[in-house]
Amino acid sequence: MSFGYRGKSLELLNKYGVNVGDKIFVKTNRACFSGILMPRSEIGDDKHIVIKLEDGYNIGLSISSIIDIEKIPQETPSKIIQPSIKSIPNLPNVAIISTGGTIASRIDYRTGAVSPALSAQDLYQSIPELGEIANIRTEILLSLLSENMLPKYWTMMAKSIKNHIEKGVEGIVLTHGTDTMGYTAAALSFSLRNLPIPVILVGSQRSSDRPSSDAYFNLKAAVLTAAKAPFAEVGVLMHSSISDDELIVHRGTRVRKMHTSRRDAFQSINSKPLAKIRNGNIEVYKPYKERGGSLELKADFNDKVVLIKCFPGMPLEIFNFLIERGYRGIVLEGTGLGHAPEYIFPYIKEAIDNGIAVVMTSQCLFGRVNMNVYSTGRILLSMGVIPGEDMLPETALVKLMWVLAQTNDLNEIKKLMLSNIAGEISERSEYGGSIL
Amino acid sequence: MRVGIEIHQQLDTKNKLFCNCSTILREDPPHFIVIRKLRPVTSELGEVDQAALFESEKQKIFQYQGYVDSTCLVELDEEPPHEINKDAVMISLTVAKMLNMIIVDEIHVMRKIVIDGSNTTGFQRTAKIALDGWIDDEEGRVSIKSLCLEEDSARKISEGPDYVVYRLDRLGIPLIEISTGPDIRSGDQARRVALKLGRILKATGMVKRGLGTIRQDLNISIEGGARVEIKGVQELGLISTVVNYEALRQKNLIEIAEELRRRNAYASEELFDVTEIFSLTTSKIIKKELIAGGKVFAIILHGFADILRKDIQPGRRFGTELSDYAKVYGGIGGIFHTDELPAYGISEDEVRALRNKLNANSMDCIVIAAGEPQSCKRALLAVVRRANQALLGVPAEVRAANPDGTTHFMRPMPGAARMYPETDIPSMVITEDILNKIKLPELLELKIKRFIEGYGLSPDLASLIIESPYSSTFEELVNNYKIDPSFVASTFEYTFRMLRREGVDVDSFDKNQILELFLRINKGDFAKEALPNILRWLSNNKGKSIEDAINALSLTRVDISIIRDSARKIVEENMELIKREGEHSLKKLMGDLMKLYRGKIDGKIIYEILREEILKKLA
Repeated sequence: MSFGYRGKSLELLNKYGVNVGDKIFVKTNRACFSGILMPRSEIGDDKHIVIKLEDGYNIGLSISSIIDIEKIPQETPSKIIQPSIKSIPNLPNVAIISTGGTIASRIDYRTGAVSPALSAQDLYQSIPELGEIANIRTEILLSLLSENMLPKYWTMMAKSIKNHIEKGVEGIVLTHGTDTMGYTAAALSFSLRNLPIPVILVGSQRSSDRPSSDAYFNLKAAVLTAAKAPFAEVGVLMHSSISDDELIVHRGTRVRKMHTSRRDAFQSINSKPLAKIRNGNIEVYKPYKERGGSLELKADFNDKVVLIKCFPGMPLEIFNFLIERGYRGIVLEGTGLGHAPEYIFPYIKEAIDNGIAVVMTSQCLFGRVNMNVYSTGRILLSMGVIPGEDMLPETALVKLMWVLAQTNDLNEIKKLMLSNIAGEISERSEYGGSIL
Repeated sequence: MRVGIEIHQQLDTKNKLFCNCSTILREDPPHFIVIRKLRPVTSELGEVDQAALFESEKQKIFQYQGYVDSTCLVELDEEPPHEINKDAVMISLTVAKMLNMIIVDEIHVMRKIVIDGSNTTGFQRTAKIALDGWIDDEEGRVSIKSLCLEEDSARKISEGPDYVVYRLDRLGIPLIEISTGPDIRSGDQARRVALKLGRILKATGMVKRGLGTIRQDLNISIEGGARVEIKGVQELGLISTVVNYEALRQKNLIEIAEELRRRNAYASEELFDVTEIFSLTTSKIIKKELIAGGKVFAIILHGFADILRKDIQPGRRFGTELSDYAKVYGGIGGIFHTDELPAYGISEDEVRALRNKLNANSMDCIVIAAGEPQSCKRALLAVVRRANQALLGVPAEVRAANPDGTTHFMRPMPGAARMYPETDIPSMVITEDILNKIKLPELLELKIKRFIEGYGLSPDLASLIIESPYSSTFEELVNNYKIDPSFVASTFEYTFRMLRREGVDVDSFDKNQILELFLRINKGDFAKEALPNILRWLSNNKGKSIEDAINALSLTRVDISIIRDSARKIVEENMELIKREGEHSLKKLMGDLMKLYRGKIDGKIIYEILREEILKKLA
């Protein structure tokens, strides 16, 4: 294992026969240092080695200054002490399914980077209080940073959730990276038809290896919501502000990551959230689907679908490519009420004539598409573009993937895209929108 | 005795260490408040730090106050840190060179776990810049173990039993931490070394000044004692007292340990509920707790009789040491023990009942605590732990300095497990190029000599101006514009200080404005004496020019011929006086003339003219 070392620095370490984790004594042309050889970050150069000094500091030493390295025998490092898990009878059962992301990440001393590593089991052990809320069952389904998410993993998650429901749980928590958590929430909302229990997606914006991580607060509330909430929907639970005092559960089809780094990055768009949690109390907002019923799994996705943002000067070649490569659906993130530059109209028409479903959403995010106000909208409608109502562009994308896995009939596709299946479309645009 | 000093000095950079906020402290009402909690986490070696665990046992809520225009998402831990401030790195490298240290080839920023809430992240970002240097002292060379560049913590504003309020303005200000080796042998030497390090830092001209911008910690141990870290010694004058008192404390604790071992003393963890004994007590403190629904608990320290009343430091007894632990761990107001009872309204009968209930003999000591049951239990168990440690001698711990130089317990000594890499910040290679850019500033000792000999300043004025933020402006004005050195220096150090006391914002004048003022005095546009008034006027009329000030204060230049006319007139009017007193009349008449022209022209010139006119008459 090279632990981030390569080229000249790796050569040097091999020459002296020392490995990462060894206690070493390094003689350079300026001084002597002793410490533990540490891994090197993958973005570091190959001209330095990193040692941890006695006082805990890491420093880099230039290999060109090194005269000699000696290995010092050391005592075996101390072991991690695992807190014991309390089990209290008569508590609700909750399954935690881990898929990776910051909530399940910690510093990786092999690469020096934050990466997914903490299992659901680890999380449970680092938050023993979880054992007072519910009996926890854990499963490590995936271990990926959510930018690497694929539609086939949504199917995997839906199947795993079905398994846990069949085994009997009051709720499910799914830990997820925040980058694409909104997409997954939408995908699960469509896949899990007639869901009998809450499925709560939870992430964190600060990795769980730091004392200020939001992972603990979020995960605790997620388990509580899964165990106790009266609704049976897919929700995304995160901080409601940057304070550690209130959490919010967003409806899976209506949530979007709206900030790169804040704890309250997730927001409900065009819809009220499902619930707020404060001091262990869940305050819910109607309407919602109540608990009960029996699950019907519809978890297939056709990934021959794209999401295209309309912008001044957008190129035409995209459409040729999509038609040639046999794509089945295009979601346009149009301007304003749902418009696109007129010069692309012939290509949109050609796409629809080739049996490709084209759905219009708005890059405004807030508000509803209305393509009857201006002529450009009316022309697009007459070509067969499906107006996406007040759906989020990402939700429309996931929904179209899901619909296309069921039918190729454009009329049927249009009918499904325009019906509210999982709370993704509302009939009325309420004053205040997502504001409570 | 072995003493090491740790100095923390804030740097006067434009921006903070990991974001572009300015490095200012504010007293105006904060714009927003954020609520947070922190949790201990395992280190990269898989251990949870002792000190970190200790803080989390207390599970406090932290409130952070911030300002929209001077604190950002980085301080709030809502955005990853930006790259390290290169100016701060350069200052650190400069200081490292002045301390004869070995500079690391590559800087790695670490996270030092601190979960008392003073950092929103739960860790302090810190980087080792250099190690293994030295400075010379008259009692011998003192090694400099380490120089780190770190972010300052948030400022504690207030606290309660379960919350702490911090202000984010200080969080992230660059801080240099310098640690000496344990080579210092006396309190006096400690003070000298601290002073010398402070001077070296100031010589860079890039460190902050004023209360709280430099903080000294001391590491003290004596033969047979233990390493004790003492925080928050703000005054240099207190250093030798703190060192001597700590040596005394350790000596006394070692003696107590010997005595306790001779007695086979031990503290028992068994807790007794003794509320009933105090149901009719006349102790106000206990009564108050009982009315609030509290209880009274007791523990027994076998063989500890008379030990708790032994002096450890002036005004502090062994009982005070135990009480510190009870306060910190239990959050209670304090403890009572039988070495000091009956007293404080606790009667002899109550003490007797206590002894009976706990089956204590005359060699035992009983400690009681009143209040909320869980807090009392935590407090008394901490007392038991501390009492049992007393048999072993001096516990290694972190203590805080009291204003009189004694100290009180703060927290256990943090372990080495509290450090792990800050992965959000790339490491920084210290290239030859960077090293070549370091310019070593002149040492203050040499600078003062140069200022006295080269500029003819008095030793007093020289010692003020060399450490002044106006030091480089002074040299520029004097060397480039040939302005009288003593006048420039005394303006910066005496006049400015006087005006500052009056509330005049002298430090907001920019260099060009100051330069213009001096040049105009040189030209004779107005007199030296008018300078304070002009500065006052400019400070009250921000944005106005010096010309405006001169006009508003009617300081317009007066022609010499007019003065000569006035001088002649006065001389004519006072011929009798002049004849009677001769040249001595000059002093008296000078006052009359100055009344007319004070501030408008240099008094020296008026004096000369008047003298000439009088001599003419006398001739």
